[in-house]
Amino acid sequence: MKPFRRVTARAAVLDRSDVDTDQIIPKQFLKRIERTGYGEFLFFDWMKQPDFELRRPEYADARILLTGRNFGSGSSREHAAWALQDYGFEVVIAPSFGDIFRTNAMKIGLVPIVLPGDAVETLMHAVAGGESLTVDLEAQQVTGPADLVVPFEFEPFARESLLQGLDDIALTLKREEKITAYERSHAARVDTSALPV
Amino acid sequence: MASRTLFERIWAGHVVVEPADEPALLYVDLHLIHEVTSPQAFEGLRLAGRRVRRPDLSVATMDHNVPTEEGPVTDPLARRQLDALRQNCEEFGVPLYATGSGREGIVHVIGPELGISQPGMTIVCGDSHTSTHGAFGALAFGIGTSEVEHVLATQTLPQRKPKTMRVNFDGELPAGVAAKDMILAAIGQAGISGGVGYVVEYDGPAIRSLSMESRMTVCNMSIEWGARAGMIAPDDTTFAYLEGRPGAPAGAEWGRALDHWRSLATDSDATFERELSVDVSRLAPQVTWGTNPEMVVPVHGEVPDPADYDDPGERDAVERALTYMGLAPGMKIADITVDRVFIGSCTNARIEDLRTAAAVVSGKRVHPTVRALVVPGSAGVKQQAEDEGLDKIFTAAGFEWRRAGCSMCLGMNPDILQPGERCASTSNRNFEGRQGRGGRTHLVSPALAAAAALAGHFVDPQAVGEAA
Repeated sequence: MKPFRRVTARAAVLDRSDVDTDQIIPKQFLKRIERTGYGEFLFFDWMKQPDFELRRPEYADARILLTGRNFGSGSSREHAAWALQDYGFEVVIAPSFGDIFRTNAMKIGLVPIVLPGDAVETLMHAVAGGESLTVDLEAQQVTGPADLVVPFEFEPFARESLLQGLDDIALTLKREEKITAYERSHAARVDTSALPV
Repeated sequence: MASRTLFERIWAGHVVVEPADEPALLYVDLHLIHEVTSPQAFEGLRLAGRRVRRPDLSVATMDHNVPTEEGPVTDPLARRQLDALRQNCEEFGVPLYATGSGREGIVHVIGPELGISQPGMTIVCGDSHTSTHGAFGALAFGIGTSEVEHVLATQTLPQRKPKTMRVNFDGELPAGVAAKDMILAAIGQAGISGGVGYVVEYDGPAIRSLSMESRMTVCNMSIEWGARAGMIAPDDTTFAYLEGRPGAPAGAEWGRALDHWRSLATDSDATFERELSVDVSRLAPQVTWGTNPEMVVPVHGEVPDPADYDDPGERDAVERALTYMGLAPGMKIADITVDRVFIGSCTNARIEDLRTAAAVVSGKRVHPTVRALVVPGSAGVKQQAEDEGLDKIFTAAGFEWRRAGCSMCLGMNPDILQPGERCASTSNRNFEGRQGRGGRTHLVSPALAAAAALAGHFVDPQAVGEAA
């Protein structure tokens, strides 16, 4: 995973709640077995609508997405996070996220930032004219036009993982002895190799 | 020892290590795998030179993009993905129930059917409806592909401890009202993000009197209001369902397992961070009218009016949903006509669901303007239904009888709605485009779906019975 520290870029505003992962990347694109190349299918159906927010020319180089509560609800498809990242987004800011989406995003270095609804609204207003924001994960703050500073909370371990771009499987494998010890003291509940074929 | 909830009990029993300032590392007892969310995970293992740590705690099946009509897979992308699963399972030694094996099916139907979804276990799968297995008193939740890779490599997952909530279903469920109606009503009450951050335990007299199939329907839809997982404490209903299944403990082990399972309950003095009550004694069959499962009303009700919403954001969402759904404010739900009916999915395609729907349609005919589909949840369910003659009841009424798979719940296979088509569906998501671009989904119970197929519009299944 590529480390993330800060980004200064245009912020796109998608002022809707409960944007589900079916909208972010529809099912017909989940048949691919690759991990890349999903950006062109991001919000595939909505992108066909002429007035869809993300089609605005000034958002072409946006790296930050500002959106409503419960973003990424529904299906566990990590393809949603892959599509947002592949499209160019590095940060998503919302009042809340679907749990699985939020985890998926962090696993690939797409930074999901939770801010109270009024703070997200403030940021949305601040960038209404196509202004840029700076999201600094190290300093845990979003800065914008007219000396706007919005601090945010971020769970320390997850923040460190993102800042360093850590491979969490490698981290877990460093604890292999503990896993083996657990397996020795806890009998397996099932044996799928013994199931009827 | 301090009093504990069922969830806290299972959690504590699965912590491998809990380093300071880090998430706990949780052991995974069972990993279910399907073709859509696993190829990139296996590829990740290959690239890193890693192996599958416990193939004997893993099992794979083909469900999401398999065609449900007889014949080969004609979609080249789907075929490539199914081939990839077969090759990955061979290379890494993971048992696979492939199409045609006779035991394949929707991953959340076959786990319970095989008897490998058991009380007290931790169960994960790269699918958000993994919460289904919580019906057995397991901690079961959906994960993304990076986490699938993590579990394949380590049989563990780093996890932050979620919050706890209990939903009490009080009162006695009226006749003709189903588990699907209970969970839809609860989601309508709590809201689509009401469960975010929580593991939910469903309890109360109405839950206790449900069959395992119905309990699975309730737990299945936990994710539809954002819950991390949903669970129901095991009892004699659970044990009776499991006994004798191929993956369940047998002989002396059965007795030992029962002793352990009986200890899996929430202590009477344990506390939850949130409690909710849903009174089901006057519950009517539910129908969703909008584009998320919170947008739901009784079948006797009406489509809401955006003007009645004070919050501008909510009003916008309702307006957008009505436009997408092609519905006018104030329209009676019973006046909404349907083009398609889908009885299937991990929510409602088990044998009990098919029996319920068959009882409604027996001796009657599907409305001439409706195309109706029954897709059993697994090859096993299909076989059992055919042994009981249910397939004949459905086909005589004009339903199509298909092979097992996820099918029109998400339309990754050829079973999709055309733009503008309206479907009464027993599945779990009515999101825009879920069943096909421009398709309009109304979530209902199997009985209501069957009744809508006969009437050509939404109707209380009880009324269909009386009219016959």
